[in-house]
Amino acid sequence: MTRVTRRYRFAASHRLFSGQFSEEENRELYGKCTNPFGHGHDYVLDITVAGPLDAFSGQVVNIGALDRLVDEQILRDFDHRYLNVDVREFGEKVPTSENILRVMEDRLKARWRSAFPGEWPRLENIKLRETRRNLFELRAS
Amino acid sequence: MFITRKAEFSASHVCAHSSLTPEQNRELYGAAANPSGHGHNYVVEVTLAGDPDPATGMIFDLKQLKDIINKTVVEPMDHRFLNYEVPPFDRIVPTAENVAAEIWNRLEPHFHGGRASLHNVRLYETEDLYVDFGGERS
Repeated sequence: MTRVTRRYRFAASHRLFSGQFSEEENRELYGKCTNPFGHGHDYVLDITVAGPLDAFSGQVVNIGALDRLVDEQILRDFDHRYLNVDVREFGEKVPTSENILRVMEDRLKARWRSAFPGEWPRLENIKLRETRRNLFELRAS
Repeated sequence: MFITRKAEFSASHVCAHSSLTPEQNRELYGAAANPSGHGHNYVVEVTLAGDPDPATGMIFDLKQLKDIINKTVVEPMDHRFLNYEVPPFDRIVPTAENVAAEIWNRLEPHFHGGRASLHNVRLYETEDLYVDFGGERS
């Protein structure tokens, strides 16, 4: 199995706030991330796919196809957007990095088969860097 | 325990399969199929696995590892056009995947029977694209 990791970048703002809790509880839970007008990050997104190395093409994945999939399913909606308002899933879910990873996995999987009709490659891992100090990683199911 | 040594080399390549048309190659490899080639500053990270020798406290001598990487990978590939100057890329397409596998194949025989085994080759083609190759059976 060979793994290929491709890095993407997007800039977005968000606000961590849950309607299930009071203002004070949100402040306790999310700290300054709950400030009412939101704030932003330069996110770095590493997507890892795995598969056998195809003897003919010498590839695990067609990078152009992966780039198109990520652009259509993620970057187009996320880049230079306010996640709480502009990305439909975050109308309900709080856009924590953990939830962002889950949404990204769902979005990629929804169109994965049309981008990659065969058994391979498979989505293996999504890593999201919110800031230089905060890294979040999801092993795809 | 793992130890990783990093090395760099600059090389040019073109990704195109001789049995495909220019249009098919462009579909498969994108801009990498441009016929005159282009280059990258490749970065390779070689990871060994093993238990430290109780006497030396080392899995493998990093200086020796550096020499092996230089001799088998950096010297033959640095400032070369891979397709024309570095076999087997006269016969197989020098995609990042194939270059990572070839680096693995060149290094792997040096780690038979000792404390350390070759665990992973990570090859960065650019800062935004890397391949991990851990052998055919991984």
